[in-house]
Amino acid sequence: MSLWMWLLLSCLFAYAWKLVGYLLPASLLQNPRMSRMAGTMTIGLLASLTVVNTLASGHALVLDARLGALAAAAAALFLRAPFLVVVLAGAGAAALLRLAGWN
Amino acid sequence: MPITWPPKLLRSPAVRVGLSISVATGLYGVSFGALSVTSGLDFWQTMALSLLLFSGGSQFAFIGVVAGGGSGLAAMGAATLLGMRNGIYGMQLNVLLRPTGWRRYAAAHVTIDESTATSTGQSDPDEQHRGFWAAGIGIFVLWNLFTAVGALAGGALGDPKQWGLDGAAVAAFLGLLWPRLKGREPVAIAVVCALATVLAVPFVPAGVPILIAAVVAAVIGWVSHGRQDEGLEPDIDPYAEWHPGHHPGAGHHPGPGSPTPPGHPTASRHNEGNGTSSGGAK
Repeated sequence: MSLWMWLLLSCLFAYAWKLVGYLLPASLLQNPRMSRMAGTMTIGLLASLTVVNTLASGHALVLDARLGALAAAAAALFLRAPFLVVVLAGAGAAALLRLAGWN
Repeated sequence: MPITWPPKLLRSPAVRVGLSISVATGLYGVSFGALSVTSGLDFWQTMALSLLLFSGGSQFAFIGVVAGGGSGLAAMGAATLLGMRNGIYGMQLNVLLRPTGWRRYAAAHVTIDESTATSTGQSDPDEQHRGFWAAGIGIFVLWNLFTAVGALAGGALGDPKQWGLDGAAVAAFLGLLWPRLKGREPVAIAVVCALATVLAVPFVPAGVPILIAAVVAAVIGWVSHGRQDEGLEPDIDPYAEWHPGHHPGAGHHPGPGSPTPPGHPTASRHNEGNGTSSGGAK
């Protein structure tokens, strides 16, 4: 299947999640496991995506300029910089480290 | 909700919070647009994600998996699992706003972290309505506008690595994760899932390590008994700057429909988090 197909299916499922909340009886919200799992999965997925984008290169784990981006982003977040500044800090650190010869 | 004239509407605190959160969130659509086209999606695929999927975390997840060489199926899996929390928000907002007819379907589309947080942070029912729609519609318009700007700019950049755009993706994911790491337990969950990912990368197809981490996180959520609203924080807290140390309703979770036993630590923890640790960055 083409990327377009998966993309449109993703959009469909995303809307389905949102809508299902409005259509299901509110009593389901009483089930604390549902919201617990939605929360822990959000944390787990974002942590995993951070790690994959920092370390993975195909099937290999590599330490390259992206590690500098992670450190710069963490520093910016620690200093409570806005999201866009955090992203720019990450990009800037990776670009500068490459310019300095560290890939 | 009574019909109000724009000047009166702008005096509503919820509308003002909603509009400022729209600008802050919309602006980072630029980074999504730029990263998406450098991940290999074209302009219209990028716009389809912002117009139709419309949930920042899921959109970044989709392009993040594609950029890492993962399959479309894995990208869809990560994006869909990350969208589950919007279903929880939908349930809370349905109790709060009770939209009917076509409004219910429109409300569902703009049900995201920020619109939910703006609405549930208000205690007056009219303000809850105004806050939800102001943030929801405002973010939708600006997020798409700035996605287009970013996609056009990103396409003109040339070699994305030279500009450190892979580093920008790393920073974006950490930035989305950061506001959810309030306390020791979410940090522990993040560390365990990060380790599971690292262990899986050499052995399974690209994109699948992310799904493995999701399963690990789901199991932790199923067996453990911690805060119900853990991980359900907006990327940008609408009330971080507006009401420092005074958070109406003590955070946006739990909603009125969800049971908070007396002595449940949620309320105090939320105030603590808002007064001290969360700044303008959220």
